[in-house]
Amino acid sequence: MNVANEAVAVHGPHGGHGTHGAGHGATHKQYVIGFLLALVMTAVPFALVMSHAVAGTPLVIAGFAVAQIVVHVVYFLHVNGSPEQRWNLTALLYTAVVVCIIIGGSLWIMHHLDVNMMPGMMHGRVH
Amino acid sequence: MFGKLTLSAIPFNVPIVMGAVAFMVLGAIAVLALITYLGKWKWLWTEWLTSVDHKKIGVMYLILATIMLLRGFADAVMMRSQQALAYGSNVGYLPPEHFDQVFSAHGTIMIFFMAMPFIIGLMNCILPLQIGARDVAFPMLNNLSFWLTAAGAVLVNVSLAIGNFSRTGWLAYPPLSELHYSPGVGVDYYIWALQISGIGTTLSGVNFITTILKMRAPGMTLMRMPVFTWASLCANILIVAAFPVLTVTLALLTMDRYLGMHFFTNSLGGDPMMYLNLIWIWGHPEVYILMLPLFGVYSEIVPTFSGKPLFGYASMVYATMAIALLSMLVWLHHFFTMGSGADVNAFFGITTMIIAVPTGVKIFNWIFTMYRGRVRFETPMLWTIGFLITFTIGGMSGVLLAEPPADFVLHNSLFLVAHFHNVIIGGVVFGVFAALAYWFPKIFGFRLNERIGRWAFWCWFIGFYVAFMPLYALGLMGATRRMDHYDVAAWHPLFIVAAIGSGIIFCGIILQLVQLVVSIRDRELTRDVTGDVWNGRTLEWSLPSPVPAYNFARIPVVRSLDAFWDMKQRGVNLKSATFVPIHMPRNSGTGIIMAGFAFLVAFAMVWHIWWLAVAGLAGVLVTLIRHAFNDDRDYHLGADEVRRIEGLHGRVQARSM
Amino acid sequence: MSNGPVLVQGGSLALKPGYADHAADALRDLRQRGDAVDFAVEHHHDVASTIQLGFWIYLMSDCLLFAGLFATYAVVQGHTAGGPAGSQLFDLPSVLIETMFLLFSSFTCGLATLAMNANRARATVGWFAVTFLLGLGFISMEVREFAHMVAIGAGPARSSFLSGFFTLVATHGLHVTCGLIFMAVMMVAVLRKGLTEQNRARLNCLSLFWHFLDIIWVGVFSLVYLFGVMH
Repeated sequence: MNVANEAVAVHGPHGGHGTHGAGHGATHKQYVIGFLLALVMTAVPFALVMSHAVAGTPLVIAGFAVAQIVVHVVYFLHVNGSPEQRWNLTALLYTAVVVCIIIGGSLWIMHHLDVNMMPGMMHGRVH
Repeated sequence: MFGKLTLSAIPFNVPIVMGAVAFMVLGAIAVLALITYLGKWKWLWTEWLTSVDHKKIGVMYLILATIMLLRGFADAVMMRSQQALAYGSNVGYLPPEHFDQVFSAHGTIMIFFMAMPFIIGLMNCILPLQIGARDVAFPMLNNLSFWLTAAGAVLVNVSLAIGNFSRTGWLAYPPLSELHYSPGVGVDYYIWALQISGIGTTLSGVNFITTILKMRAPGMTLMRMPVFTWASLCANILIVAAFPVLTVTLALLTMDRYLGMHFFTNSLGGDPMMYLNLIWIWGHPEVYILMLPLFGVYSEIVPTFSGKPLFGYASMVYATMAIALLSMLVWLHHFFTMGSGADVNAFFGITTMIIAVPTGVKIFNWIFTMYRGRVRFETPMLWTIGFLITFTIGGMSGVLLAEPPADFVLHNSLFLVAHFHNVIIGGVVFGVFAALAYWFPKIFGFRLNERIGRWAFWCWFIGFYVAFMPLYALGLMGATRRMDHYDVAAWHPLFIVAAIGSGIIFCGIILQLVQLVVSIRDRELTRDVTGDVWNGRTLEWSLPSPVPAYNFARIPVVRSLDAFWDMKQRGVNLKSATFVPIHMPRNSGTGIIMAGFAFLVAFAMVWHIWWLAVAGLAGVLVTLIRHAFNDDRDYHLGADEVRRIEGLHGRVQARSM
Repeated sequence: MSNGPVLVQGGSLALKPGYADHAADALRDLRQRGDAVDFAVEHHHDVASTIQLGFWIYLMSDCLLFAGLFATYAVVQGHTAGGPAGSQLFDLPSVLIETMFLLFSSFTCGLATLAMNANRARATVGWFAVTFLLGLGFISMEVREFAHMVAIGAGPARSSFLSGFFTLVATHGLHVTCGLIFMAVMMVAVLRKGLTEQNRARLNCLSLFWHFLDIIWVGVFSLVYLFGVMH
C-alpha cells in the first residue's frame, strides 16, 4: 500500500472526509434560523387563507412557497456557491429550470387545448 | 391463487406465435444445456452475472441489445411482408389483433431494449476508460441497472408465450390503452416492462453523471474530455431529467387501470391529452438520449480515421449542450394536430427548427475534420459516412415536419414513419455499428473481419434506402401508419419495394452474424497486441486489449485534449516500473437478485397475483437491506498481481532506468 | 530515454482528492519544480463526496418525478366532474398540524446531523428517533385523512381531481414511509457499528432525503391545500 493510501486510512472516521456531507460546516445557529424562518413562512400563508384575508391571493401564497423553499435549500440542505458544492448547485439550478418547463409548459399547452377544443366546458367538466 | 393467470393464457391455437415461442424455448434450453454440459455455471455466475466490472456489464448490455435487435427485426420483417401481401382481396397472413401486437412490440423493443441497451452498453465499455477511471462511481448499482433492464426485456418476451402484448402502439396512447378499451394483459405487460427497465436507466444516468463529474484523471478538465464523454454526459443529464416523467406517466396510467382512477379516461374529468403531453415530455428528450452519444461516437471516429484533431472541439461541445437544452423545449411537435392552437404550435415549431442549427454545426465540423485529412475508409468510417448522408436527409424531412401546417397533412402518415426511421437507423443504428466496429478490438482483444463488415454495411445502406424511401412517397400519397390492409392499387408496388428493402437489410444482419462467427474463428490472426489498432487519440487506446479488470495500472496525468495522442507525440513510455495495490469492488449478487424479485413483482402485477407481488416487493427490500449491512465489498489487488497482469501485456519496465 | 518520465514515488506529491481541476493546479506546481509526471500518484478516492453527489443527482431526478405529478395535478385540479372540490374536503387546521410535524422533524433531523458531526453516536440515534416519531405522526395523520375521504365517497376514483390529489399526496407519503424505513435501518446500523465512515455518508444522504421531502411538502400544502381552499 502506498503512502498516500495509508495517510487517508490513518485519518480514519474522524478525518476530513466524513464531514463533506449535508452537515458540512453546518452550525446549530443555521438550523435555528432556518427553522424560525420556515415557521414564519408556513404560518403567514396559512393565517391568510384561514382568515379569508383579501391579501391571500394565489400570487402571495406562491411567493411564500418559493421563499420557504429557498430557506430550506440554504439553511437545511446547505447548498451554497462554494467550490465543493459547485455541481450540487448547478444540478439544482438546472432542475429548477426543467421543473418550470414541465409545469409551465403543461399548463400552457393544456389551457390552450381546453380553450380551443372545449369552449364552454372549462369549469367543472361533467361528462 | 394465480390471479387472472390460467392455462388458456398460452395461445396454443396461434401457429405463428407458438412457432416463435417454440424457437425461443428450444433456444433457451439449448443454451442452458450447453452451459451445463461445459460445467460453466459457476464461472458464469461469478465472472459475469454478478460482475461489477463496467466492461463486463457493458458486454452484457451489448449482448442483450443484439438479441433484442433480432427480435425487433423479426417483427419488422413481419410487418413489411404483411403489407406487401395484404392488398385488395388478399388479407395477408397476420390478423389485425396480431398485427397490432407486432408493431407495438417492434417499437417498444427497438427503442427500450435495443437502442437504449446499445448506448448504455457502449458508455459502460468505453466511458470510464476515456476519462482515466478504474470503474464507475457506483459499480454495484451499475450491475443492478443492467439486470433491471434485462428483467424488462424478459417480461416483453414472456408476453409472447403467456398472454399477449400491448396492441396500442409503442407509446400506448389512452383512451385506447385504458382498461375499458384494452381489458387484456397486453398493456400491463407494456407498463411493467417499461417501468422496471426505466428505473434501471435512471439509475444508470445518476451513475454516469457522478462518474464523469467525480472520477476523471488528474488534469482532465471539462474542456479536455473526449467528445464521446461529453455527449454521454449530456445524454445522461437528459436521462435523469426525462425518465422520471416517463415513470410518472406510466404510473398514472397504472392508477387508471388498477385503481379505477380518472387521469386519462373519457369520463369523470379524465383527459387523454394530458398523457400525450406527459409522455412526450419524456419522449422527445429520449430521441436525443439515443442520438447524442452516437454523435459522440462519430466525433471519435472521424478524427481518428482522418489523422487530424476534431475540427471545432469547443463548438462541438457547445452544440451538444445546446441540443440537450433545446430538446426539452420541443415536445409538442409530436402532437401539433391535437389542437393547442396557432401560437402554441408556432412556438414549438420554431424551437424544433432551431435544433437543426447546432446539429448542422456538428455535420459541418465532421466534414471539415475530413477535409484535407488522410481519410482511411475502414468499416467504422464507412458507417460514419453512411450516417452523414442518411442523417442529413432524415434531418431535412424532420424540419419539414416541424412546420405545423405541413404536419397537419403528414401526421401519422408513412412519411413520418420514413422520417424517424431515417434518423434512427441512419443516426443511431449506423452509429452503434460504427462504434462496435471501432471499439470491438478494445473490448474483446481482436478485430472484426473487415471484408464481411463492408458487405454488411452496403446491404444495410442500400437496404435502408430501398425500404424507406418508398414510405416517404406512400406518406405523401396518403398512406397512414399501422395498416394491416389497404385497397389502393397505386400503393401496392411501393409496399413491395419496401419489403424488398427489408430483405436487403436482412442480408446485412445475416452478414453481421457471419462476420462475428468468422472473426471469432480467426481471432488469433487479428489479435490486437498494441492496444492501439487505429492509431487512436483518446485514453482508452493507451490500454492493452482487452482491458485488465482494473483498467489503469497507473492513473495517467492528462495534459491536453486528445490525451493519448499528446502522449504519443511526447514519446511517453506506457510501461511502468513501479506498481501499487489497487482497490477493487467485490462482485455482488445483489443486483441480479433484486432485479429477479422486481421481475416477480412485475409479472405478478400483470396477472393480478397480489400475494406474489407483495412477496416480491418484500424480497427487493430484504435484499437491499442485507446488502446495506454487508461490509465485505472490496479488496486490494496486490502490486505483484498487477505487475504480473501488466507483464502479460508487455507493460513492465525494469526498475533501473 | 533521456526525456522519459520520472515516476514519482510515494505520497510526498499526492494530488488533492476531488476535482480534476484541483489536480491540474497540483500539476502546475509539480511542473514548476521541474518534474515531468505522466502517472498520478495514487490517492484515496474521496468516497463520501462521490456518494453525496450521486445521491444529490438522484434527488434531482426525484424532484422531476414530483414535477410531473404537480403538473398533472395543476391541470386536473378543476376537473371535479360534479364531485366534491378541495374547498369542501380539506381541513386546514389538521393540514397545519401535519406541516408542523414535518417541519419539526426537519429541525430534529438537522440536530441529528450536528450530533453526528460532533461524533456523538447516541445523541445522533436519539435525534433520529425523535425525527422518526414525528414522521410517523405525519404519516398517521395523512392515512386518517385519506380514510376519511374514502369513507365519505371522495375516493380517488370519484373524479380526475381526486385521482390527482390522492396520487400526488400519497406519492409524497410513500417517500416519507421509505424515509422512515431508511431511518430505522440506519439507527440499527449506527447502534451496531457506530459512526463509521460509511454510516456517516449514508446518514448524510438520509438527512438530504428528509429535508428534500419537507421541500416537496411546501409545494403540496401551498398548491394543493391552500390553493384548493381558496378556489
